[in-house]
Amino acid sequence: MNGAPPIIEARKIHTYYGDSHVLHGVDFHIDAGETVSLLGRNGMGKTTLLRSMLGLTPPRSGSIHVDGLECTGASTHETTRKGIAFVPEDRGIFPNLDVLENLTMASRSGPAGGDDWTLKRIFDLFPRLHERRDHMGNQLSGGEQQMLTIARALMTNPRLIILDEATEGLAPLIRLEIWEIVRQIKATGIASIIVDKDMDALLPICDRNYIVNKGTIAYQGKSRELLENPDLCKQYLCV
Amino acid sequence: MKKTPGPIMLFLLLCIGLLAIFPLVGDDFYTELITKIMILSIFTISLDLLIGFTGLISFGHAAFFGIGAYFLAIFFQDAEQINYWWALTLTLSGTALASLIVGWICIRTSGIYFIMLTLAFAQMFFYFFFESPHFGGDDGIFISSKPDLSIAAEELVDLGNEHHFYYFVLTWMVAVYLFLSMVLRAPFGYILVAIKANEQRVRALGYSTQYYKLVSFVIAGTIAGLAGFLEAAHTSFVTPAYLSWHESGIAIMMVVLGGMGTLFGAVIGTFAVVFLQDLLPAITDHWQIIMGGIVIAIVLFLPNGIAGALYSLHALLNKKGLAKADADD
Repeated sequence: MNGAPPIIEARKIHTYYGDSHVLHGVDFHIDAGETVSLLGRNGMGKTTLLRSMLGLTPPRSGSIHVDGLECTGASTHETTRKGIAFVPEDRGIFPNLDVLENLTMASRSGPAGGDDWTLKRIFDLFPRLHERRDHMGNQLSGGEQQMLTIARALMTNPRLIILDEATEGLAPLIRLEIWEIVRQIKATGIASIIVDKDMDALLPICDRNYIVNKGTIAYQGKSRELLENPDLCKQYLCV
Repeated sequence: MKKTPGPIMLFLLLCIGLLAIFPLVGDDFYTELITKIMILSIFTISLDLLIGFTGLISFGHAAFFGIGAYFLAIFFQDAEQINYWWALTLTLSGTALASLIVGWICIRTSGIYFIMLTLAFAQMFFYFFFESPHFGGDDGIFISSKPDLSIAAEELVDLGNEHHFYYFVLTWMVAVYLFLSMVLRAPFGYILVAIKANEQRVRALGYSTQYYKLVSFVIAGTIAGLAGFLEAAHTSFVTPAYLSWHESGIAIMMVVLGGMGTLFGAVIGTFAVVFLQDLLPAITDHWQIIMGGIVIAIVLFLPNGIAGALYSLHALLNKKGLAKADADD
C-alpha cells in the first residue's frame, strides 16, 4: 500500500430496507488499481453494500469515504462524479435510445480531466457494439446489453468500475467475452469491484476477495488463500 | 429522439407545404381556425417535451400558457403601440421565471404527486386571475392594439392582418419544432429521454437528474408562455379560462392522441382534436359521446397515437418492400 487513501471505503455501515436490517456494520475498501470481488449467496447484502456506498440506499449509520473524504449522505451523482462507474445487475440500458446515444449521453471527462475513453477506443474494445450502433437499446441481446452497460460506464472515464452480477444470465461464450473485457479493463489500471457467482473465472482476475454473509463480512483475503481453503467456499458460497 | 424516417419527414414537409398555401385558397374562417390550432400546437409540442420525453406528466401546463397571455395583457392592455420585441422578451422572461419557481418545487416529487402539485399550482394561478378585479377578474382583459413587429421603424409583418398573422404563427410553430428537435438530438436530450426510462440509472451515471428535469420544465413552460402570448395577440383578449385544468387536460389528450415522444405527433393531435370539436357538433348534439368514443378507440388500438400509426405503417411498407426485393432476386 502506498499510503494513498482508498478510492472508496465503507466504515461500519448499517443499512436498512424499511424495518429490515440488511447490513450489520460492514467495513469495505478498495484501493486504486485493485480488482476486488464480492462473493456470497443471494440475499446476503452484496448489492445493498454497493447501493449504500453509492448513496442509492444510504446507510443509517456508519460512514462512506471517497479518497479519504467523508461523503456519507452525498447524492449518487456527486459520488459517481468522483470517477466511480456503476454497472447494475439489471443493466439499465435506456431502451428508448440507440447504442450510440446510450454511449454519448454518458460521455464525460474523468475527475482528473482524463478522457482516454473515446468512442473509437470503445468500439475497438467492443466491435459488436459498433456493428449494432444504430439499434435501439431494447433490440440488443442480454450479452450486448451487458457490453453496452460496461462501455457506457467506461465513457465516464472512471477510476473505479463496479460490476454487479457481471455475467449472470449470459450464455457461456458471451461470459468468456465479458471476462476478457474485464481483464482488459484491469490491464488499463482501472480498479474494479466485481460481483459474480463464477468463482473459477473471478478468482484468477481478482487481487482481493470479500465474502458477504448475512449482512457482515465473513472473510476477506487474497484469491490464493481462498482457493487453498475449500472449507470457506463450502461454508459460505456453495449451495 | 427517434430519427424521423425519410418518408415520414416527406409527409411532414408536405403538410407544411399545404399549410403554407392554405390561406391563398382556403376560406378565411378556416385560416383563422388553423391559426388558432397552430398556436395550440406550439403549446402541445412544449407539453410533449415534458410528457413524451422527460416523463413528467404535468396537469397544470395551461398555467404557463395563461401566464404568457396575461403578461401581454397586463402590461400592454392600454398601450397605443406595443413593441413586439419588448413585449415578447418580457413575456418569455416572465413565464420562464414562473416555470422556474413552480418547477423547482414540483420536480422534487414524481408520479401522482407531481401530477397533483402541477394541478394545484395551475389552480392557484387560475383563482388568482379569476378573483383579481385588478387583472380583469372573470371578465378577462381586452388588449387595444396588436404588437408592432418592426425592425428600425420598418414594419416586417402586419399582425393586424389575419393572413400575415397566419404565416407569422406558422413560422413560430416550425421554429419551435426545429428548436426542440435540436435540443433533443443533443446529449442533453438523450439525458431527458434516459430519465424517462430509468431516472435512478441516470443518477448513477453521475447526472443530477433534478437539474435536467428543471431545465426541461422551464423550456416547456417558456414555450407554453410563447403560445399564450401569440393567442393573446391573436384574439386581443385574455381570460382566466386559459389557465383552467380543462385546458391542461385537453392538451394532454392532444399529445396522447397524436403520439407522445415525437413532437410532430402533438401537432397532429392538436389538429385532429380541434377539427373534431369543430365538425362533430354539426352532426349531433351529443357529439361529446362520439368524441369520447374516438379517444377510447385511439388509445386502445393505436397505443402510440397517430404518429405511432405512421411509424408502424412505414415499418410495414418497408418490410413489404424488402420481401418484394427478396422475391425479385
